[in-house]
Amino acid sequence: MSVTARAAALIVAFLCVVGAGVFVAVYYIGAASQLPTVNYTASGGQVSVALQEDPGNNSATRPSWVTYYTQDPTTKQWLHTTLFTVPAHTRVNMTIYGYDGCTPLRNNYFSQVQGTIGNTVTVQQFNKNNRPLGLPLTESLINSWAHCSVGHTFAIPNIGLYVPVASPNAYNSVNNLCGTFPCTPTSGGAYSLETFSFMSPGPGSYRWQCLIPCGGGFLNGNGGPMQTLGWMTGFMNVVSA
Amino acid sequence: MSSPETPAAAGGNTPPGREPAHGWRLFAIWLPLSVAACLVIWFVWYPHLPPGRFSTSAAHQQFDIAVLAVSAAPVIIGVVLYFIYAIVVWRAKPGDDRDGEPIFGNVKVQATWIIGTSAIVLWLFVFGTVELIVPAGAGAGEGPSPIWKQSGNQTAAWTPGANDILQVQVIGQQWTWTYRYPQFGGMASTVLDLPVDTPITFHVTSLDVIHSFWAYLLGVKADANPAVDNVAFTTARQTGSFIVRCNELCGIWHAAMTSDGNVMSQTAFKAWATAVQAREKANGTLSALPRYSLTYDPTVIPQLGKDLVQVAGITGAAGYFYGPANPVTP
Repeated sequence: MSVTARAAALIVAFLCVVGAGVFVAVYYIGAASQLPTVNYTASGGQVSVALQEDPGNNSATRPSWVTYYTQDPTTKQWLHTTLFTVPAHTRVNMTIYGYDGCTPLRNNYFSQVQGTIGNTVTVQQFNKNNRPLGLPLTESLINSWAHCSVGHTFAIPNIGLYVPVASPNAYNSVNNLCGTFPCTPTSGGAYSLETFSFMSPGPGSYRWQCLIPCGGGFLNGNGGPMQTLGWMTGFMNVVSA
Repeated sequence: MSSPETPAAAGGNTPPGREPAHGWRLFAIWLPLSVAACLVIWFVWYPHLPPGRFSTSAAHQQFDIAVLAVSAAPVIIGVVLYFIYAIVVWRAKPGDDRDGEPIFGNVKVQATWIIGTSAIVLWLFVFGTVELIVPAGAGAGEGPSPIWKQSGNQTAAWTPGANDILQVQVIGQQWTWTYRYPQFGGMASTVLDLPVDTPITFHVTSLDVIHSFWAYLLGVKADANPAVDNVAFTTARQTGSFIVRCNELCGIWHAAMTSDGNVMSQTAFKAWATAVQAREKANGTLSALPRYSLTYDPTVIPQLGKDLVQVAGITGAAGYFYGPANPVTP
């Protein structure tokens, strides 16, 4: 083979490798961009955001992964995404339905509610028949170690927001977790309802994540859904009000 | 006609007797260039070199970089100068295809080379060792049993103005930092607040994978390994803010694993720490935290197992309780 032919072969091989890399990058970036973003708009200087965390999901490929769902404010449908948009410098009223059972925090410090208005959350638990188990309680700490009462967390570390999300009552949720996803209060599973508020920061993208290592079957529990957008982590996009 | 191998050919067409003193020529050019470069490095670059003078360890690192730059500049200038000089002066003339002069050794050159390089290596060894010992590890993690320590009082309670060493535990986990202050009841914070002009001992550890605690402006960097207490020292010299980053690739949010830090007056720090301790005591956080320890085993959660663990069939996301390597849903 002549030197020219060798050089040409090398160049072609190099371009093939580069092309494959570009294809993979575009494929994955494209896949990520297909994740819908739920837009929440302010009303009366406030915006309401609703999420739920489930022990499973309705995807075809990873049905056993735990996941968050985000509610479309217009259709009230639960979308399998963790991307949402809120206006800047606005009071965000969060509602999170906790359908998943308890798992202890690796660092129990995050049992403490931080960064919400008043540094508290309001929690109420319901049984599988959608009946409340007591009155709503205002809590500044939900101790995940003492009572196994935390399912996941909703944390935006860069704005100092750390919220433990209560799990359903442990005794009540035995064999009674929701099995049809996305869950609803009447789908036969015990759940918790948690509300809190915080002020959105200035415009930008803020990652949020769960701090409970809930990626079952992955190293340290922090793989799989913990590291995949659309599952237990996402972005809160803040836009100018 | 002379043979290419004859000494008469040395220096091209120049007779050997009229060969200029190349060594002195080179030295005459090298000396002012080196002096100028060293002056520029010391007086112009040095004050602006990273990581600044925010802390003792940072200032030492800045000093080290400046000294090493001053040490390296004459060497670099000498090499480059010789390279250029050789190209200009000893290049082959057009049409001259004779071989170069055979070299049979030069004691003066060899001795200069051996002594010079040995002196440089010895200087770097001595300087590097001194600069590692004097600033107590130069802000790097020294492992669980540090050899070089910072001076100050080891006390159970920290008092402003008493030269007490402040103990700060740095806990890394995917993907956030937590700081515990054992001299304030083991209270914890997601913000690293520190007092100025106070010897600080960092105890760096991790709850999951390997992270790296990097407070760039403080000149402190120490790996956070699970089940390891990695100790580093510094003393902040100015008040102000800084950022802590993770410097070990640790997963999807590695790049976002940052936290804020503040250096404040000693009295302001005392007030802050006391207030956080009181708040965490009041809301139950302190009693919910594990007893302060230099490392933690996150698979051991003694509170669990006393009551709810006996409830069969509880299925959390990772199966109620997770092991260190592979949490399995039961």
